Amino acid sequence: MATTEAPPRRREVLEQAVIRFCGDSGDGMQITGSQFTNTAALFGNDLATFPDYPAEIRAPAGTLPGVSGFQIHFSSRDVYTPGDAVDVLVAMNPAALKTNVADLRPNGALIVNVDNFREVDLKKAQCATNPLEDHSLDAYRVFKVELTKLTRLALLDLGLDAKSMDRCKNFFALGMCYWLYNRSMDPTYKWLDEKFAGKPILAEANKLAMKAGYSYCEATEAFQVSYEIPAAKLTPGRYRNISGNSALALGFVAAARRSGLTLFQGSYPITPASDVLHELSMFKEFGVLTFQAEDEIAAVTAAIGAAYGGALAITTTSGPGMALKMEAIGLAIATELPLVICDIQRGGPSTGLPTKTEQADLLQALYGRNSEAPVPVLAAATPGDCFWVALEASRIAVKYMVPVIILSDGYLANGAEPWKIPSMDELPEFPVRFRTDPEGFMPYLRDPDTLSRPWAVPGTPGLEHRIGGLEKQDGTGNVNYEPLNHERMVRLRAAKVAAVAQDVPDVVPAGDPDGDLLLVGWGSTYGSITSALSAQRAKGRRIGHVHLRHLNPLPRNLGDLLQRYRKVVVPEMNMGQLLWVLRAQFLVDAEGLNKIQGKPFKVSEIEAKIEEELS
Amino acid sequence: MTATLPVYSKKDFQTDQEVRWCPGCGDYAILSAVQSVFPELGVPREKFVVVSGIGCSSRFPYYMNTFGFHTIHGRAPAVATGLKIARPDLEVWIATGDGDGLSIGGNHTIHMLRRNVGLKVLLFNNKIYGLTKGQYSPTSEFGKKAKSTPFGSVDRPFNPLSLALGAEATFVARSVDVFQAHLKATLKKAAVHQGSAFLEILQNCNIFNDGAWESLTEKDMRDDRTILVEHGQPLIFGRNKDKGIRMKGLDLEVVSLGNGISEADLIVHDEHHPNPAYAFLLSRMDNRPGFPTPLGVLRSVDAPCYEDAMNDQVEAVVAKKGKGDLAELLGAGDTWDVG
Repeated sequence: MATTEAPPRRREVLEQAVIRFCGDSGDGMQITGSQFTNTAALFGNDLATFPDYPAEIRAPAGTLPGVSGFQIHFSSRDVYTPGDAVDVLVAMNPAALKTNVADLRPNGALIVNVDNFREVDLKKAQCATNPLEDHSLDAYRVFKVELTKLTRLALLDLGLDAKSMDRCKNFFALGMCYWLYNRSMDPTYKWLDEKFAGKPILAEANKLAMKAGYSYCEATEAFQVSYEIPAAKLTPGRYRNISGNSALALGFVAAARRSGLTLFQGSYPITPASDVLHELSMFKEFGVLTFQAEDEIAAVTAAIGAAYGGALAITTTSGPGMALKMEAIGLAIATELPLVICDIQRGGPSTGLPTKTEQADLLQALYGRNSEAPVPVLAAATPGDCFWVALEASRIAVKYMVPVIILSDGYLANGAEPWKIPSMDELPEFPVRFRTDPEGFMPYLRDPDTLSRPWAVPGTPGLEHRIGGLEKQDGTGNVNYEPLNHERMVRLRAAKVAAVAQDVPDVVPAGDPDGDLLLVGWGSTYGSITSALSAQRAKGRRIGHVHLRHLNPLPRNLGDLLQRYRKVVVPEMNMGQLLWVLRAQFLVDAEGLNKIQGKPFKVSEIEAKIEEELS
Repeated sequence: MTATLPVYSKKDFQTDQEVRWCPGCGDYAILSAVQSVFPELGVPREKFVVVSGIGCSSRFPYYMNTFGFHTIHGRAPAVATGLKIARPDLEVWIATGDGDGLSIGGNHTIHMLRRNVGLKVLLFNNKIYGLTKGQYSPTSEFGKKAKSTPFGSVDRPFNPLSLALGAEATFVARSVDVFQAHLKATLKKAAVHQGSAFLEILQNCNIFNDGAWESLTEKDMRDDRTILVEHGQPLIFGRNKDKGIRMKGLDLEVVSLGNGISEADLIVHDEHHPNPAYAFLLSRMDNRPGFPTPLGVLRSVDAPCYEDAMNDQVEAVVAKKGKGDLAELLGAGDTWDVG
């Protein structure tokens, strides 16, 4: 279906915009945001998103804890973050307005559904006065729209009940935003047809609501200006939109193919990691075996069993699940079996903030097991990077016969970005060969380069042997409690993980190769740090940025690099965990920039720290 | 090429590792029975995997010359489940105990059973923690005086067979370490069962709980205190084969044969009975005054195996969609071209 686009009153070309949709968790804000994102991506903008939703499935409607939001930053230039300040805020009720308006920039557009600003709604949002009348919004351009009423009017002829009609009002708001940014509604039409293939009336209703929102803007004098954000100049190639969890899932399917192994995933549902399980459970045609276990421990131990049997085994979880898996990870360390553990971090401790992002599991990943139990640890920097990290972690796990931890977080997991689809020859190939020759076989005979032991899977004639969690003699693998043997084994396991450094490329700093200040980051802070770096260099500061993918072992040149700058600043969404590691390992007087609010850094927060350090 | 299966002897399943159970431990008898039975199963030795958790019983894999995995406390069923899903071609056996399998690993045990994963579970029940030196276990009797319960345990025990039946187990059996012939015969039945086979083995810990099963195993008492249930045979027991079990309402009743009561009045054991309530009734005879403790296969029914169902699903999708194409997968959904 083609969209008729009447010429708007005035069109302005902008470089970028940030929109946030917020409303009750039942208002469909995540869908609205994803649709706008998809359309922007197909149009060719670079973008980043930040879905922010409550832990409760449906907190009482209209209340502050029930507010769900979705922010998208789209641009004709490179985008690294979801944006500090919001240009257009769509607020479906007073609670959403109250919790989000602080992020709207002065003179920004505020679209509110006035139908939801009755006395009772204000009370639920604990508003003493009506913000639409008390002048508290004077700094913004407020557009009061009867969203509920207008949506109902648009759907009058469909014969739907009031509840079903009201469910479409988010598409009215979406239609308004499409008009405002001169976007085609076709991708969303297509999506609705597929989504409601079995219930065409609902597809029709949402289309009508969206069209009504679009026409409302066209017909009324409300908006004097509409905007155009041209396509970005991305590296040539074919793109798709991808979230971190989807990218992880695809990365593991790719890793299984490139290693020639069957992918086995053991997992127990946990926010924000469950989507990796959902995604992988769909890929049966790739031979993927997904096991939803009875608990976190069964999830990891089943994966260990599968790895023992010769599968590419992974387990996916978040912080609380990691805590439960730690003893089992120790078993994989002791038995030297390949395994990839994904920790999609969230706020803690304990249950903490299940739907909010944090980076506070780094020390848990590095040190959270009994005794001397090092493992390689990798972290993804962007949603699309999760794909590459999954491949790299899998490659290291099977090459070194070692469990590997991947750290992602809630922001990467649910955030999306345009992702350049790799061609097959860009993907590393690492075919695995199991030990089959009984001649001279011993279960702990080591490869001199990697110190890895052979992968000798059950069913191989002549290789019958026993492994386990008890301390063993190197070579034979026989149980051994001798003091010197234990020390030798502890050192061997550590040396094996240290040997992974030969697979860790040297880091090359972005920005200045030496100078006044080096920003050292890891994980999802990549976007904010990158943007802050470029803004501050534009002001003439001599600063650099290294972003660590490998957190254990660290890149071999990192120590030298830290010496090339007068100051080292480590921005992290925790109390200073990488900072602690760097200080301990390199005796460097680094400074932390720490934010523990369940939210990613704003670019301005990092810039402020740079200015403070260099003033 | 058809590979001929080598002729194995018991020796082929013994390892060079020194067996480190206490002299006189019931585990020796179980090890000997398993090493005798494995050669007779018609399975290449390399296809056997013995998985265990932690505890005295869990040392078992070290002494079996097969593939073996001594894992962590309580987790053997989960490790074995992952292994069996990934490798349905293997014969995976689990050696566990009353602490490992019913306490710390209780959750995995019940979920393995309800899923009906094709695993053989040998649960060595000595009603005590041995390796940690003598604390009461989840099968210890109420009031048990042990290291951690000097005034007697106030825990009510599990009945392992009732628990397994309640967890939807498709094969539930019991034998005794010292009843070698019965144990070997029951092991063979467990070996051929499709799905989870749960075999409780009453085992004596002569150090920390000596004589725990003496009242069942003593020569002059065993026939009166136990009943060997056999499919298709009436439930008769007693030294003189003069006692039997019949239904009384919704319960069981012990009767003496004669005086108008004949074999025809007794329950004929049906291990394939579709209703697990029957096997459950049998399992509840334990410790019931006047009733014998049941030994043998209480229940053995057919049900789809978990690993088959999971792998069938994969095959069905591959048959329908064809083998997945990675380039197609990565480029799926809405895409756009730049430059």
